[in-house]
Amino acid sequence: MEIVLALAIGVLGGSGVYLLLRPRTFQIIMGLSLLSYAVNLFIFAMGRLRLDAVPLIDPRQGNDPALYTDPVPQALVLTAIVIGFATTALFLVVLLASRGFNGTDHVDGREPEEDR
Amino acid sequence: MSGWTLAWHAPILPVLLPLCAGAVLLLARDARLGARAGIAVGATLAQLLVACVLLGMADGRVAAPWPGGAGVYALGGWAAPFGIVLVADRLAAVMLTLTALLGLAALVYSLARWERAGSHYLSLFQFLLMGLNGAFLTGDLFNLFVFFEVLLAASYGLALHGSGPLRVRSAMHYIVVNLVASALFLVAAALIYGVTGTLNMAELAQRVARLDAADRSLFDMGAALLGVVFLVKAGAWPLNFWLPAAYASATPPVAGVFAILTKVGVYALLRFSVLLEEVAAPAPFEGNWLYYCGLATVAAGSCGVLAAQKLDRLAGYLVIVSSGTLLAAFGFAGTTLTGPALYYLAASVLGSGAFFLLAELAERNRSAVADLLAISFEAFGLQDRYDAENTSELSGVAIPAAMAFLGLAFLSCALLLTGLPPLPGFVGKFALISAAIAAQPLAPLPQVVLFVAALLLSGLAGLIALSRLGLRIFWERERPTPHLQWVEAAPIGALLLLCAMLTLAAGPAMTFFDASAQSLHDAATYTRSVLPASAESVGRRP
Repeated sequence: MEIVLALAIGVLGGSGVYLLLRPRTFQIIMGLSLLSYAVNLFIFAMGRLRLDAVPLIDPRQGNDPALYTDPVPQALVLTAIVIGFATTALFLVVLLASRGFNGTDHVDGREPEEDR
Repeated sequence: MSGWTLAWHAPILPVLLPLCAGAVLLLARDARLGARAGIAVGATLAQLLVACVLLGMADGRVAAPWPGGAGVYALGGWAAPFGIVLVADRLAAVMLTLTALLGLAALVYSLARWERAGSHYLSLFQFLLMGLNGAFLTGDLFNLFVFFEVLLAASYGLALHGSGPLRVRSAMHYIVVNLVASALFLVAAALIYGVTGTLNMAELAQRVARLDAADRSLFDMGAALLGVVFLVKAGAWPLNFWLPAAYASATPPVAGVFAILTKVGVYALLRFSVLLEEVAAPAPFEGNWLYYCGLATVAAGSCGVLAAQKLDRLAGYLVIVSSGTLLAAFGFAGTTLTGPALYYLAASVLGSGAFFLLAELAERNRSAVADLLAISFEAFGLQDRYDAENTSELSGVAIPAAMAFLGLAFLSCALLLTGLPPLPGFVGKFALISAAIAAQPLAPLPQVVLFVAALLLSGLAGLIALSRLGLRIFWERERPTPHLQWVEAAPIGALLLLCAMLTLAAGPAMTFFDASAQSLHDAATYTRSVLPASAESVGRRP
């Protein structure tokens, strides 16, 4: 399972970085989304991978920490998802405003010289 | 009793006040400008008051409800390693006071007309102050991330305030850079948590000392990533190409308050590295990295200063230079430079804030022809936009002798930012240089020489650029006298007056900043006051 998760994080992160370096705003926003997925998975993995374990104390099982998975990274992921979602939405608005002002989706607001 | 309780809760007030004020302003957006301005200015004044009280408590002048210098406030009454704490020590209180002062000046300035250039300006402004205050106060790594995001989210809105193609473009670059930096911050925080099992900064410092070699290298990677994030915020070369455009195209009051945004990165870097140094762990960057990074930033910033053709861009590059100076001073061998560097920080924050506010006033009403040779096509677009925004500004009482005021303020800013006597820029640089020379047995000679040369040359570059632009702006013929209002001139005057006071009281101020630096470098006391094992005050509910 570790190798699958590691590959997933790597592929998502790599694609995200590649797309971030592209010149179109839509590619940037896709890149940012992929990168944030990779980061969220990474935070999740930092609580160590556990199967069939809950992060909340179950009264029937007692309070032995070995029975539970680490709840802190899950809380962190939740916060990170919310913040990432909000900033992505904001970026979408900026992207559309830029498109409206300049008539192009290039990040510099104008097409490079040789394309004209 | 109630007074005591309020004093106990003082560290949370700098976060709560702007949060509530921002929320009320959000609801009251249809109210009259007078009412909204009253709420915003009142909330900012209250923050200034709280910051001053915290400063007094940290310095021992006001009776503090907690023992020792650092006020530790456990949110919800949960003790430190499990709950989140806010720590109000000397340095945090200084930064809070600076934020409130600069925020108040920029807020009053913006009431003249910039507030009306878009929607929700006053709310966003309060949320920005909330994020700044929280970032200075927090004692928890992830909480630091959250407050960074709060201040960044507000700053995105403020950078876009007023709209227009130029602002949207540079704000877009600013947003992308900061979103990527946030992703890196998360990776770093997760890595550090995965290795040490804690996010509390004081506990982190204790645990790092006990890590074995394999975990330690992982932790170092996390710390280095964190350092990169803070350097992006601080505007260190080569991570600062977004900064001049974003600051230059933001509306002047926003740019003015952004002057302290780069210092958040510097502050976080300082706080984090100091905590780790004490347990013989490396700062985010091992060896002299921070020092050379600071020097490169000063050099790159000075080149930008010389090349700048407009005041607002020049101001952005001057911010970079002051960031670089601070980074080089903090990266310098030994800890004797921290006190003077904090003094320099206070002077440069107030000075560059005033300069950003002044830049727009000084360039107002100028004929575009004068800049024909100098400015680019985009700047002409900017000029048109200003004219469109200028239509509603000819209201309010104009101040007499506008040109004399502008000239005097410009001169003061120039003296302040280039480090010439008699303003505190000079005192700060002089103290830095003398501390660097005094640190000699510890620091190798080339390091000292490079540092002194960087400080002097960057001052020279600033002087050349400022006098060139100043001549062009103030000695221009056929220029109508700009129409200034009291609310625009007063904040600039107040900021410069504060700087003058910082010079007059240079002795006590320097003593205070040295004491702040000492308490900052005394990480053991910080750890002891945050963690409840040795301080019973933390978990106690009032």
